[in-house]
Amino acid sequence: MAAECPVCVNAIDFEDDTIVGELLACPFCGTELEVVNLDPPTLEVAPELDEDWGQ
Amino acid sequence: MNVGFLHSVIRFEEKKLLEAFRAKQGINIIMLDDRKLVFDLESVPLIDVAFERCVSHSRAVCSLQFLELAGVPCINRAEVAKVCGDKIETSIRLAQCDIPQPQLRVAYTDESALEAIEELGYPVVLKPAIGSWGRLLSKINDRSAAETVLEHKRLLGSYQHSIFYIQEYVEKRGRDIRTFVVGDECIAAIYRTSTHWITNTARGAVAANCPITNEIAEISLAAADAVGGGILAIDLFESDRGMLVNEVNYTMEFRNSIAPTGVDIPARMVDFVVNHQT
Repeated sequence: MAAECPVCVNAIDFEDDTIVGELLACPFCGTELEVVNLDPPTLEVAPELDEDWGQ
Repeated sequence: MNVGFLHSVIRFEEKKLLEAFRAKQGINIIMLDDRKLVFDLESVPLIDVAFERCVSHSRAVCSLQFLELAGVPCINRAEVAKVCGDKIETSIRLAQCDIPQPQLRVAYTDESALEAIEELGYPVVLKPAIGSWGRLLSKINDRSAAETVLEHKRLLGSYQHSIFYIQEYVEKRGRDIRTFVVGDECIAAIYRTSTHWITNTARGAVAANCPITNEIAEISLAAADAVGGGILAIDLFESDRGMLVNEVNYTMEFRNSIAPTGVDIPARMVDFVVNHQT
């Protein structure tokens, strides 16, 4: 199962335990991505850091 | 048991927590993505307990308040999230319970903040009251830096940045301590060491196991109790005055803490959530 990086368009393989919402870094361009669908495998650029994020 | 898993994105922590839930019999996870939620004043979600893991403080507090309105037990409780997500509220709760913490001044104008900084003595630390991961912290070493940072915060930030949270700079010898409290137990602790004065692991500090002494356990549990209890991470400074509580975090992160401590932190958190309801 592979999805296309929306930034560099390289194919990124999903692990068997990948879930929707999961963050991953594109191994080719380094962009932080979010898994938005498993079927078909789809990635989007992860949400930008917001001011009230953090612990 | 239906567990509502309130989240934004799924980070390392959320994935480990979901794995820990799925390893248990009889647990049905209902994913509650805060980007897709719509709340009203009447609906009752079909969940037995909600477990909060949002990255946004505002969304976490708001969602927890609506879930509690619907009668859903939440971990952590909305009140706990509200207190811990705002450093001013945290400091007040700690003071009410006589828990040692760094000296604090809060001021609303450049002039009064500068006066407070000079009275505390340089260096001081300016922090945003809400948010962090070590972001937007300023160590102010002298008057000219103070004037510049105060002006920038007032002019470039939102109104919240004009409520100046000014903390004594504590010389912590290159490290601080993070402890993990689950219910009435301090389950693990790490030293966070850095050559930088900011010792958040999100900012590159290195984690190593910290033995839990009686002093560490006692102040951690007292701090957790002061903010309302639950699943909490406590940041401690070792100072000449003894242990000081720097911050209390309510959506605790643990990605760098499982290996050095050998404690299965997500499993302990999940046990607490499951047993909380039964």
